[in-house]
Amino acid sequence: MTPLGLVGGVVQPLLILAGSPLLLGVMRQIRARLEGRRGAGIGQPWRDLRKLMRKQRITPRGTTEVFRVAPVLLVATTLVVAVVAPFVTITSAVGPVADLFAVVALLALGTVAVALAGLDTGTAFGGMGASRETTILALVEPTLLVAIFALSVRVGSTNLPAIVSATLEDPGQVLSSASLLAAVALMIVIVAETGRLPVDNPATHLELTMVHEAMVLEYAGPDLALIELGSAMRLSVYLGLLANLFFPIGIATELSVLGILGGVVAFAVKVTVLGAALATTEVFLAKLRLFRVPELLAGSFLLALLAAGASYFLG
Amino acid sequence: MVLSLWRKIRRTGRVAEPAPPPPDAAAGPAVAELAGSVQIRHVDAGSCNGCEVEIGSAFGPVYDAERYGARLVAAPRHADALLVTGPVTRNMAVALRRTYEATPEPKVVVAVGDCARDCGVFAGSYGVAGAVRDVVPVDVEISGCPPRPEAIVAALRSLTGR
Repeated sequence: MTPLGLVGGVVQPLLILAGSPLLLGVMRQIRARLEGRRGAGIGQPWRDLRKLMRKQRITPRGTTEVFRVAPVLLVATTLVVAVVAPFVTITSAVGPVADLFAVVALLALGTVAVALAGLDTGTAFGGMGASRETTILALVEPTLLVAIFALSVRVGSTNLPAIVSATLEDPGQVLSSASLLAAVALMIVIVAETGRLPVDNPATHLELTMVHEAMVLEYAGPDLALIELGSAMRLSVYLGLLANLFFPIGIATELSVLGILGGVVAFAVKVTVLGAALATTEVFLAKLRLFRVPELLAGSFLLALLAAGASYFLG
Repeated sequence: MVLSLWRKIRRTGRVAEPAPPPPDAAAGPAVAELAGSVQIRHVDAGSCNGCEVEIGSAFGPVYDAERYGARLVAAPRHADALLVTGPVTRNMAVALRRTYEATPEPKVVVAVGDCARDCGVFAGSYGVAGAVRDVVPVDVEISGCPPRPEAIVAALRSLTGR
């Protein structure tokens, strides 16, 4: 545990906590402008959260602790990832937790908690959303693991800071075949896991096509605020992982005010650019039929597998 | 396909009409607590779907009600306001009451259109249980058959206060 890692462990969760609703606001604003609208402004997600925090908390009849714990678990697991992963600083506050398998398992734990909460409500839509989400999760997790594993082969470690610092020392290897294949696989997986088009449409409220929102229909007030904040943070975390695994330029490598500030600005710019690109791409896409989604995810798994193979035989 | 869509976006530009001056009167004590963010659940209690067409265009790109902080949501649990259209039919009276009970406090009910206010042309019909205010307490009423999108947007702005 180094001083630099400690500073990162404090700055990163604060940055992601404060910035992820703003990222969502920027993405909605871009979409609104491309649709010819004025848009509600980038502060609207924060206004929504502030309002939800003041509202009445409702616990539907027949629900158990699973329903009550899920929003807290979703935010907590994402916060742990925000503390340990190399986003702003190259060293981690808790090195051993910044492992590929631990980080992916933490993110999966949050998804599973919300899926179980969807089942716990006992409503038709809750169960339907949970079954869809676990279908997607089961296809997404192996791809996520294999794709990052392909990057870890040349480093000889599944520790995320180690992978990022190896890329930082030799930026040229990002253009290797293994790295490019893994990048494409990761992009598809992140789109599916964060519920964006073409897998899930965050703007639709049509019950029959919803995936993520169908599970959280019964949440109200502060619980709903936690779920929405957690989802926004997950989007930032995934985009941050993608950015720093392939383009770690600007990350703070030494303990100085300027270095940390540079790391914060570089991370914010990288994630905003990725989010803006995602929002712009979404305007041109239609949602895939649910039964076509496994084909897309199987394709991304194939790419990840090829990336792992290439990093063994070509790297 | 992508290129032609991009050209269309470039050519169309912004279609949202300039915003009229903000409302001066707030629609009740709930507005201060909502503070510029109102999630809306639409309930069709027996409407002819004329009001639905107008609500659809109020949230379309031209009137763009979302710029004032109003947003349609999928469940009453997520909502702050219920947008009720049509005379309340016997079949929908219980559903409307239960939707109202499922909405967390603070909540407001907006009755959209003449039918929701006083049953309109359906008054006295055997299938109608009454106007919206006979079933749940109403805070804001919008008149018209159907009301113009400007009237709907103005009523929603009195809720968001923006």
